[in-house]
Amino acid sequence: MSLRTPLSQARGLGSARDGTGHWWAQRLTSVFLVPLVLWGAFSVAMLADLSHAGLVAWLQSPVVSVLLIALLIVVFWHMELGLRIIIEDYVHLAWLKVATILLVDFAVLLLAVAGVAAVVGIAFRQL
Amino acid sequence: MSRPDLKPLSPHLQVYRLPLTAMLSIMHRFTGVILAFGTVPLTGVLVAAAADAAAYEQIRGLLATWWGQVALILWTGALYFHLCNGIRHLFWDAGFGFEVSVAFRTSLWTLAGTLTLTALTWFAAFWIRGMPA
Repeated sequence: MSLRTPLSQARGLGSARDGTGHWWAQRLTSVFLVPLVLWGAFSVAMLADLSHAGLVAWLQSPVVSVLLIALLIVVFWHMELGLRIIIEDYVHLAWLKVATILLVDFAVLLLAVAGVAAVVGIAFRQL
Repeated sequence: MSRPDLKPLSPHLQVYRLPLTAMLSIMHRFTGVILAFGTVPLTGVLVAAAADAAAYEQIRGLLATWWGQVALILWTGALYFHLCNGIRHLFWDAGFGFEVSVAFRTSLWTLAGTLTLTALTWFAAFWIRGMPA
């Protein structure tokens, strides 16, 4: 027996059964980011004045490229989840909300692919 | 309205002095957006390093100016704030720290952690790689 009203049943809207998915992904990525961000922020401060050859040499260390690719993937994932929530909270016009989310998601996708591709490209480049 | 409305109104952003915990909550979103914008130049650095050494050196020149360094320091400050406050959120998610007095105290810890981590990072960075010209 369903507890929903007949009108609610006829409309067919309701829980999409993934209410905790977004919440959980945000927490999962947060936990992964704690060590990765500490490493990443310190690296940015250290490398802010590095020559091109110096940066390439640093990026060609396997530990660095693996950590950096992991950081990029998790950062952009976490960022998409956060920006989406902000858009959903403040943009109430339905078409504008969907359009903004699509645009932001596409930008995040491009940034993530560009970042990972750059690190992979440098890691496999012959000196 | 026919008569003055003397009923108490709910706190409104324009007339309500936000408690510290509320300011930190807003700061969490604000720093999140700042950090998101910051990923554009940082990804740009990686792409330039992979594609064009001359372009990389140009970006490096911009970052080496005093305002480039200030922007980087502010950006790492935003990052450490979001990190510290994010850890606070994870404790809340686990069910700890909801008492008003505890939430106020962890607000102060978040701010202290942000300042300490930012200062430590940049003191260490300038120590190891030398002060910027």
